[in-house]
Amino acid sequence: MRHIIAVLLENESGALARVVGLFAQRGYNIDSLTVAATEDPTMSRLTLVTRGDDQVIEQITKQLHKLIEVVKLTDLSESAHIERELMMVKVKASGAQREEVKRNADIFRGQIIDVSPTTYTIQVVGTSEKLEAFIEAMEGTQILETVRSGVSGISRGEKALSL
Amino acid sequence: MSQQHQPELLSGGAMLIRALRDEGVEFVYGYPGGAVLHIYDALFQQTEVKHVLVRHEQAATHMADAYARASGKAGVVLVTSGPGATNAVTGIATAYMDSIPMVVICGQVMSHLIGDDAFQETDMLGISRPIVKHNMSVRNPADIPYMVKKAFYIAQSGRPGPVVLDIPKDMTMPNQKFPYEYPKDIKLRSYNPNAKGHPGQIKKALQTLLAAKKPVLYSGGGVILGQASAELTELAQQLNLPVTNTLMGLGAYPATDPQFIGMLGMHGTYEANQAMHNADVIFAVGARFDDRVTNATKKFCPNATIIHIDIDPASISKTIMAHIPIVGLVKPVLQEMLHQLKKHGNTLDQAALGQWWHQIKQWREVHGGRFEHRTDLLKPQAVIEAVWRHTKGDAYVTSDVGQHQMFAAQYYKFDKPNRWINSGGLGTMGFGLPAAMGVKLHYPDAEVVCVTGEGSIQMNIQELSTCKQYGLGVKIINLNNGYLGMVKQWQDMNYDSRYSSSYMDSLPDFVKLAEAYGHVGIRVTSPEELEPALERAFALKDKLVFLDIHVDPKEHVYPMQVPGGAMNDMFLSKTERT
Ligand SMILES: Cc1ncc(C[n+]2csc(CCOP(=O)(O)OP(=O)(O)O)c2C)c(N)n1
Ligand SMILES: [Mg+2]
Repeated sequence: MRHIIAVLLENESGALARVVGLFAQRGYNIDSLTVAATEDPTMSRLTLVTRGDDQVIEQITKQLHKLIEVVKLTDLSESAHIERELMMVKVKASGAQREEVKRNADIFRGQIIDVSPTTYTIQVVGTSEKLEAFIEAMEGTQILETVRSGVSGISRGEKALSL
Repeated sequence: MSQQHQPELLSGGAMLIRALRDEGVEFVYGYPGGAVLHIYDALFQQTEVKHVLVRHEQAATHMADAYARASGKAGVVLVTSGPGATNAVTGIATAYMDSIPMVVICGQVMSHLIGDDAFQETDMLGISRPIVKHNMSVRNPADIPYMVKKAFYIAQSGRPGPVVLDIPKDMTMPNQKFPYEYPKDIKLRSYNPNAKGHPGQIKKALQTLLAAKKPVLYSGGGVILGQASAELTELAQQLNLPVTNTLMGLGAYPATDPQFIGMLGMHGTYEANQAMHNADVIFAVGARFDDRVTNATKKFCPNATIIHIDIDPASISKTIMAHIPIVGLVKPVLQEMLHQLKKHGNTLDQAALGQWWHQIKQWREVHGGRFEHRTDLLKPQAVIEAVWRHTKGDAYVTSDVGQHQMFAAQYYKFDKPNRWINSGGLGTMGFGLPAAMGVKLHYPDAEVVCVTGEGSIQMNIQELSTCKQYGLGVKIINLNNGYLGMVKQWQDMNYDSRYSSSYMDSLPDFVKLAEAYGHVGIRVTSPEELEPALERAFALKDKLVFLDIHVDPKEHVYPMQVPGGAMNDMFLSKTERT
């Protein structure tokens, strides 16, 4: 099963390496990982997407907890949450193709954020599933480059991961 | 503020040593080099923290580690950058696997050179990351007292472990001084190691235990680290529970007590492994269901309800699901259990327990630690029994890794915790001698014995020189079978006795070698020589005596679990299988 784990981490050098190292060392999967400082500059927040059965996920959360710099963590997928990922796609677009690409971008509420005579760069934001659907929809178009931010997640309602 | 309260101005190097002093450190084990010269100079200028110069950095780590195992306090290592630090890696990993508190101070190249492949630069934070509880680098000399405090706090609390402190050379400059103050205590928002155990879970555990008909108490190294041997013993005796210890847990329960059913696991006793397999309740205390204990996890103890106390939640339900998990330090949890037991009373079904004990005693008859007694050939088991007698069962015994280690674990009856010092988790050959040195240095009046093999001893033999320098009168029992015996045993059992590189050709004359280092060497080649040799060795109180004891090269360690089987699938001898 896919899980989204959110981690509050001391914003210290080496802390991120410890998290990544843990996954490599113990053979856990990482589908995506994002990290940046929070409103409190002494802390960073990390969102990790991983896969595994219940026992593996339990070990992952316990092992993460053991890292000295991990302040708090939660498995977002255990309750209502929102996840978002940002993707930028640069495609070949000239002549009639330009209209087609634009239409597809509109359907996915994407924005064209850069243009050149032969290319468009489209930004799409949503769940990972939506981004994958967009790629599929672009099948007839030549994709030059894609870049994805990885998933960020947050709980719904009043629940918050904070000190 | 009066003049006296003005913090003293010290260099980074001097602050480091002062902080160690204020932490109560008496000995630091290490080896100098370019990156730590300022620190060594600071060491030279005081007398309270003493430095022990080893002959190889690995030995420094094992000395510190063994001191920690014997005393419960973190040992301290000081090594230079690059090769000094990498030589310490095996010892750090050894401590990590057995959860031993240790603070390893590594020199590092100047801050501005880091990342440039400077002379003797290695990324020690990167190298040590997977084998430490934590590691840190000093960025500002003024932080040194706080970071030392933090290192000790992390190393010694919760589930203990090694902490590496990486110190670039420019952090210890003698001419840059800072106000020194050692923090009294420390709190980290991200680390809270003092769990006492959930009272509801403890109650549930006690009820389950009291409802058992075939209970077993299975305890591990956590009881020794958690200094909970007294509580464990009291609970076991109040309830008349059969007790088995892991390799790391030996001594937590007195081995000469009739309730002790021996070590369990791969080379555990028949009765311990049978009791585990047939138990209805397994009460695991500070043990981690290691694969050397469980054998095939799918076949593990099919009828048992498992109660598991451990300070590390990640150790609970990692390989074997616990029905009643209790996250907490073993000592307060056991105290709470004893308290609840007093209120509740012992309601165990005594008839059922009596039957269970009857069954265990029958199992005890089956093998009972038997071995062949010969008059023409020294048996390693007989040597260990003799050492046990000569030391009145009260020595600190360190060991290396191999058959001799298992014989020591099986035949030296440890009645006290912290006396049996071996590398259980990593299985590090070369551990034994430096470990014995670390213990002897701190307990000069105690008898310290290193049980080793001719293979293992050669991995850190150079430390005989350190022993001479510091007058460390340890006794070395070299069970010389002329083979990497444990490897040979597996080759006998699984590879039709094809001894691929398990014969140690061209062995040195260990007696002459010991003498060359300035010690006493005694060779023992037949059974009748053993007693007088031990007599003489233990009478030479302050001397290091190297006993090179030629034992049966064909001997195997039994019982032995059948790989891939259940706990109670065992070989009992070369010809018997359960
Ligand atoms: C550093 C290291 N290298 C290799 C091994 C694998 N190993 C385990 S036991 C053993 C043989 C040890 O031989 P010896 O010290 O003579 O002890 P014996 O088994 O003969 O009693 C070996 C090579 C190890 N445990 N540690
Ligand atoms: Mg040998």
